[in-house]
Amino acid sequence: MTLLGKLDWSAVPFDQPIIMGTVGGMVVAIVSILSLVTLKGYVPYLWREWITSVDHKRVGVMYIVLALVMLLRGFADAIMMRTQQAIASGGGQGYLPPEHFDQIFSAHGTIMIFFVAMPLVIGLMNFVVPLQLGARDVAFPTMNSISFWLTASGVLLINVSLGIGEFAKTGWFAYPPLSELQFSPGVGVDYYLWSLQLSGIGTLLSGVNFVTTILKMRAPGMGYMRMPVFCWTALASNLLMVAAFPVLTALFAMLLLDRYLGFHFFTVDAGGNVMMYVNLFWVWGHPEVYILVLPAFGIYSEVAATFSEKPLFGYRSMVLATMAICVLSYTVWLHHFFTMGASANINAFFGITSMIIGVPTGVKVFNWMFTMYGGRVRFTVPVLWTIGFIVTFVFGGLTGVLLALPPVDWQVHNTLFLVAHFHHVIIPGVLFGAFAGYNYWFPKAFGFKLDESWGKAAFWCWFIGFHLAFMPLYVTGLMGMPRRLQHSDVLAWQPWLWIAEAGAVIILAGIACQIGQLVVSIRNRENLRDTTGDPWNGRTLEWATASPPPAWNFAVQPRVHEIDAFWAQKQRVLARQDLPVRQREYAPIEVPKNSPTGFITAFFSVVTGFALIWHIWWIAGLGLLGAAVTLLAFMFRAQAEVEISAEQIDLFNRAHPVEVSL
Amino acid sequence: MTEMRWDVAPGDRPTIPASEQGASSGFLVYTIGLLLAVILTVTSFWVANTSVIWAPGVPAGLAVLAIAQMGVHLVFFLHITTGPDSSNNVLALAFGVLIVFLVLAGSLVIMANLNENMMAHSELMNLQMQH
Repeated sequence: MTLLGKLDWSAVPFDQPIIMGTVGGMVVAIVSILSLVTLKGYVPYLWREWITSVDHKRVGVMYIVLALVMLLRGFADAIMMRTQQAIASGGGQGYLPPEHFDQIFSAHGTIMIFFVAMPLVIGLMNFVVPLQLGARDVAFPTMNSISFWLTASGVLLINVSLGIGEFAKTGWFAYPPLSELQFSPGVGVDYYLWSLQLSGIGTLLSGVNFVTTILKMRAPGMGYMRMPVFCWTALASNLLMVAAFPVLTALFAMLLLDRYLGFHFFTVDAGGNVMMYVNLFWVWGHPEVYILVLPAFGIYSEVAATFSEKPLFGYRSMVLATMAICVLSYTVWLHHFFTMGASANINAFFGITSMIIGVPTGVKVFNWMFTMYGGRVRFTVPVLWTIGFIVTFVFGGLTGVLLALPPVDWQVHNTLFLVAHFHHVIIPGVLFGAFAGYNYWFPKAFGFKLDESWGKAAFWCWFIGFHLAFMPLYVTGLMGMPRRLQHSDVLAWQPWLWIAEAGAVIILAGIACQIGQLVVSIRNRENLRDTTGDPWNGRTLEWATASPPPAWNFAVQPRVHEIDAFWAQKQRVLARQDLPVRQREYAPIEVPKNSPTGFITAFFSVVTGFALIWHIWWIAGLGLLGAAVTLLAFMFRAQAEVEISAEQIDLFNRAHPVEVSL
Repeated sequence: MTEMRWDVAPGDRPTIPASEQGASSGFLVYTIGLLLAVILTVTSFWVANTSVIWAPGVPAGLAVLAIAQMGVHLVFFLHITTGPDSSNNVLALAFGVLIVFLVLAGSLVIMANLNENMMAHSELMNLQMQH
């Protein structure tokens, strides 16, 4: 046994110019950002205000920044695959060798689900849910910071795999026996497993945190049926996280035992059963779809109601539909493996449940349309994303109903038809929602609006590019083109693949517009400034405080008497034609104290994960010890909260007057 | 408040007086719970090794004792009661039980079906050979 386990210089793929170029670029970017930050003297500020922050708003923003950076990585993978497939037809080999192409499609799926969609959704919930509930923070603020940094550890590990070693070549779900040691002897699957184990723990902790926050920390008077719909969808999503992620963690733990200690959970020999992995993966996997999509539904509901200046149509049916989806999502998972040996009766059962789960979603679509119907809809960027979502998602859902028919699924499973379908639901269903939420809540987070025209350009590029990129894949799928092909000899597919490539380029233009939107908005922030705290004429409590909100969120905790509490209060003020006398007497507020626990724990987690991947047992032991000691030190902390004095609150409120006090 | 009794928001006046809320916590409750848990554990060890009970009945007996043990834990240690302020806990428990049931029952049915369906039946093999 060597000191560094399996790790040596052969782990770095020096002979691969594409990989080395990318790694070189990333290293240069990271080093230049770090040195710029250090030279400008931003490090103490970043450490104090962001890295050690346990404020739910800061944690939320960090989640979203992480997700947007990883979106660039995931999209780079996507456009590389589209280019490869477009070129490598009819004898062409393209520019990506098969073992590299395999890693790219695996990394693309893994990154997009776990490190783009999840952090986007969790980040938005982090920022918005406590504000909408009228709470000062989440239930467990330091645990929240730990959740974020564990997710970041997973991200770091998955990116390290690019330069040191390799990533999994198994597809994003790593089915055995391919992912077993016998067929994947390299470190790729281990990178996959450990990075997802780390971020999975973070996600589970987030779920616990938010369920507790929503059940226990609502403002006085906010009964369940007075909660904003986004909080309802967040509750459903987090309940699913708590119920589903332990399955994934246990599943990966079993695969790790197979790979590290010679167990036989999923091997073909010695009594293992490969199908148990497939089964349990989708026991997690299908609820995961709803973990992602339900909060986006909540965002669309908020956006539709706010910009139509009407209460949400069918609030109760929306709540009911959300909770119905929450339970039904546990009854459909077999539709991910209709073709893997189940009998016709079992397939029929799960096919029918898969169609039933479309019903509550249909209810929601009608609710959004009736919310807008007869309203004075302001066509801002969040509304464009919402309408774009409704149009696109309905068609994506319809192809889903097609796939829910087992005989149809038998024809098109494992083809690009399937790939087109799940992108057709998850891109409008999650990404469009996150972008709507990003544009909608950005002024709350930073105190100025995002530029509208750049935002609209980004939307249209994404919307057109999306259809151009994925509609051709339905066609090639029906023509029989399997997914994950590195090259093909069928020239009939090639024109469609080139159209898809053009779509990907237009999406790239959309991403460029989003970056442009951010840059232009920051430069032009004085003109876009939101001084009222309520730039959109909002309905829910997050608009009742200043933009950006202070660390304590609300100087006086709001009391809630009805649904859309902030809107109702504004109406009362308007009816009286006078502003209520603002309360000048504030009580001191305790806010949770910053803590480096999350960052340090995550540092040790990365060390442990990396060491386990490369079989460096002594470093793994040290890393685990470090993480344990950090958590112990946190538990025995002398001071958990700091007090914000009444004068400080008064000073802030004089500087940031909001028009309506609750 | 015209809302239903169980829809209590934080900060609302509790529907039962605080003096009664503590009924399921406290030293005495934990002691009773511990005693019951120990008795059930000891009994299950005794049942496993006894010849007093008809041998095929032993697993059933153990299952009964295990379920009773869960009940004791829920009531005495996790304080799941039927009181209105316990509705969150009861609902969370119900949700958990439902999901565990769906996952376990579903997995058992699916795996049994797959095993049965993917067995190499000789007739089926012959059927395929005819084509």
